[in-house]
Amino acid sequence: MLVQTHEYCSVPSQDHDYGMEDYGKGVARWCPGCGGHSILTTVQRVCKDMQYEPEKTVVVSGIGCSGRFPHYMGTYGFHGLHGRAFPVASGVKFRRPDLNVFVVTGDGDCCSIGAAHWVHAIRYNMKMVALLFDNGIYGLTKKQTSPTSPLGTHSNTHPRGSVLPPINPIQTTLGLANVSFVAQTVDWNSAHLYATIRKAAEHPGLAFVRIVQRCPAFMRDLYGDIAVNPKNLILLSHENGINLKPKARKAFGRVIEHDPSNIHKAREHAEINNGIPIGLLYQNTDNARYDEYGAHNLGMGVEEKKQNLESLLDQYTTSNSV
Amino acid sequence: MDYIVSSDILNEGDRIKPRKIKQAIVEIVSDSGEGAQKCGQSFGAISAKMGNGVWTVEIIPAEIQPPARSREGASGIRVRIGSDKVTNMGNHADLVIALNEQVVYGRIRQDAYNGNTLMFIENKWAKSEQETIRQQYSEALLKFKELGIKVVEIPMEEECLKLMPDPRKGKNMWILGLLSYMYDRDIPKAEDQIRRIFKKKTDAVIDLNIKLLHAGYDWARENLPFRYEVTPMDVDNDMVVMNGNEALSMGIMASGIELCSMYPITPATSVSHHLAENFERVGGIVHQAEDEISAIGFAIGASFAGKPAVTVTSGPGLALKTEFIGLAVMAEIPLVTIDVQRGGPSTGLPTKVEQSDLLAAIYGEAGDAPKIVLAAATIEECFHFVVLARKLAESFRTPVILLSDANLATGVQPFPRPKIDPLWLTNPIDQSPWKDGAGPFEWDENTGTSKRPIPGQKGGMYTVTGLAHGKTGKVAYDPEINQASVESRSRKIASFQKSLKPPKINGDPEGDILLVGWGSTLGAIEEAVADARAEGLKVSSLHLRFLFPIVPGLVDIFNRFKKVITVEINYSDTLGHPMITQENRRYAQLAWLLRAKTHMDIDCFSNVYGQPLNPEKVLKMIKSELKIENSEVKG
Repeated sequence: MLVQTHEYCSVPSQDHDYGMEDYGKGVARWCPGCGGHSILTTVQRVCKDMQYEPEKTVVVSGIGCSGRFPHYMGTYGFHGLHGRAFPVASGVKFRRPDLNVFVVTGDGDCCSIGAAHWVHAIRYNMKMVALLFDNGIYGLTKKQTSPTSPLGTHSNTHPRGSVLPPINPIQTTLGLANVSFVAQTVDWNSAHLYATIRKAAEHPGLAFVRIVQRCPAFMRDLYGDIAVNPKNLILLSHENGINLKPKARKAFGRVIEHDPSNIHKAREHAEINNGIPIGLLYQNTDNARYDEYGAHNLGMGVEEKKQNLESLLDQYTTSNSV
Repeated sequence: MDYIVSSDILNEGDRIKPRKIKQAIVEIVSDSGEGAQKCGQSFGAISAKMGNGVWTVEIIPAEIQPPARSREGASGIRVRIGSDKVTNMGNHADLVIALNEQVVYGRIRQDAYNGNTLMFIENKWAKSEQETIRQQYSEALLKFKELGIKVVEIPMEEECLKLMPDPRKGKNMWILGLLSYMYDRDIPKAEDQIRRIFKKKTDAVIDLNIKLLHAGYDWARENLPFRYEVTPMDVDNDMVVMNGNEALSMGIMASGIELCSMYPITPATSVSHHLAENFERVGGIVHQAEDEISAIGFAIGASFAGKPAVTVTSGPGLALKTEFIGLAVMAEIPLVTIDVQRGGPSTGLPTKVEQSDLLAAIYGEAGDAPKIVLAAATIEECFHFVVLARKLAESFRTPVILLSDANLATGVQPFPRPKIDPLWLTNPIDQSPWKDGAGPFEWDENTGTSKRPIPGQKGGMYTVTGLAHGKTGKVAYDPEINQASVESRSRKIASFQKSLKPPKINGDPEGDILLVGWGSTLGAIEEAVADARAEGLKVSSLHLRFLFPIVPGLVDIFNRFKKVITVEINYSDTLGHPMITQENRRYAQLAWLLRAKTHMDIDCFSNVYGQPLNPEKVLKMIKSELKIENSEVKG
């Protein structure tokens, strides 16, 4: 496949398909059994299948175990500050519509220290894929309660059990203004994980994907049962949703028909507490997009800028001849 | 009443010949919302257009509409016009126009008036239906007269009522008319100014305001027994007239920056208002972020992606941005941060001037985070320093903090029209392939500088990280690599410092006292030095624009003076209190920095009254340092 040359790029076009090797870099240093590994491979597969140019792809992360993600990608990456992946990614995208942007964030990063940015990134609805790696615990700082830890979680900050109910990131996101895409998946079902991230990458706006992720080091029990016995995974199915091959559907104990255009039903499903609903909860492709606003006046030439600047200066100019 | 102004005694009013004066300081004080600033700024703009030197200072309460007739709620403006360039707000006002008596008290506390001040005060309060108001008014007038202020009651409300039913929003243009007569301003220029400031309003509004202007003018012609002329300068080149925040905005546009990412904060916000109105015409855009942290993160993201960006804030915002500034140092991402300083700490004095962010700007980040810190000293520099800041940010791949302050923000001063260089407007975005195998941080051995890949460049893919990293950009905890990378980031700041020249001395290169300032105090310091030198005192001054890295040659300069004193608007302990000793005395921020840099015993003169510095106070300090007793200080 010949990738089209960008107008201001004089480089010869890519004369071969990008392969998995074009999206990888180094060896991931997450713990064995960490959900991060499968998410990394899946994102690389999606990039390959979308034939994203690696140099036109930017992965932005915050801090925590998930924050290391860009280091393992063969694309441009930005491993920034704790909780601040969204502002950086939004800034990258605002004036560079040609870049494919991924945001990688964790439950502490997104739902605690960066919660303000989460709320507003959803509202900005700029075209990017946001992956919330939710393992319900602070891993890199060694087992502190996260805002998504279930009530009663024993951690180093709550040795006698956590005392507040957790934030449900899906429910929260579905309550935010201008929300346009909310999906939920699990790290251990590669078919569903792939189909979800692929659908997210094709979404014209901010696609928010919560990935239920195992942490074998600190939260072995949280999703252990569900991972081996998927009867508690509830598949949301719809022709406009995330579609799996019939064989892959068999892995789920329950299947519910859910129309992702129905936000009220989506909110109901988000609140299911006797299982984990996975699939596309909500999608709306007509929402306002802040990246379109950001890019609306790109590309003005130096001469035109200078001319307009001079006429602006005229307004402030005095001379004795006036 | 000292004298009654009436048309009876002045039937030849229109034939009064203006008396030539070198300069005039005029204040208009009112409740919020009465348009005093609009009147004063217009008076300043008309004067600038006539070729006068101008400096304006706004008097702004922290609230939008504080209770009427309250001392703390005083809103207004000071305009100083002169036959020469005017560089500061001056000392005591020559004329104050007060729309009520209560707001005057606040200005008296700030030592704005003295025995030479003439006051025109709205006389409607004398006839108020409320006895308390009548009483407050007459008590105030007595008080003002005791202070030596010449008080003249003026029927502003009464005169304006002839043209409109509610003069609250019209009196200001009537006053502009009065001032235009009194200082012999050009009436067509005044009418133009009204058309300009009301350009978004209807023709009826413009007509009414022009009528008010003429009414004020005519009333003054019939009633004032005096008139002045402040002769304009001969200016050959075009001048532009704007305030410091407008100059910052114009500088941002001229610098080729194409994104301003900000969060509203006084007194910086009007930069973004001006940009929001105009930026798109030159291919730029304003992003109003959800908070200060996001604002800088967004700007850093854009800059990382090759789009020059600025974030504009004030002290509390700078505090919130420090973690991201540290990241920009670590990851070597060019970024311009403008801090329009206000009183602090915390929320402090949002509308008042202070220069207390210097050390925070230089040393605020955790860890070793060297970067470039500049300070604009004039409105003109507010423009040009943004252009410079962007260039430095990109050349040295570093964040640059540009300091301005509340005094420059709303101060208006004419300056030569900038000549836009098309090179300023070019974009650094390079999409040609990155050279094979080169890392994203190939630090030059000598200069510490390196070239950065920009997303879109083939072969340049790397991951920016705030973690320790080497030339390849890969995370590295190796002790040697960390030492070398911290050293490289420091070295590029040193290599920039090597390109700087020693600062110019204002006055003789040696003497008894050298004053050292930075930022908006330039004009007041230089005027005080000029006055002192005129009296034969051996005083010179120096003004620093590059605060970090600091300009070279200071020790040599300082050594030629018996005493070096910094003059700043920030806090320092004054010796004399029993708790304050040589050992525990806290110095003003520049003094602290210079003492550390030069190992010299540098003293400081500083305070935090929230007021711009005035030349008289500096002159007094000079004389007290030189032990000149009971000296006559020029007003």
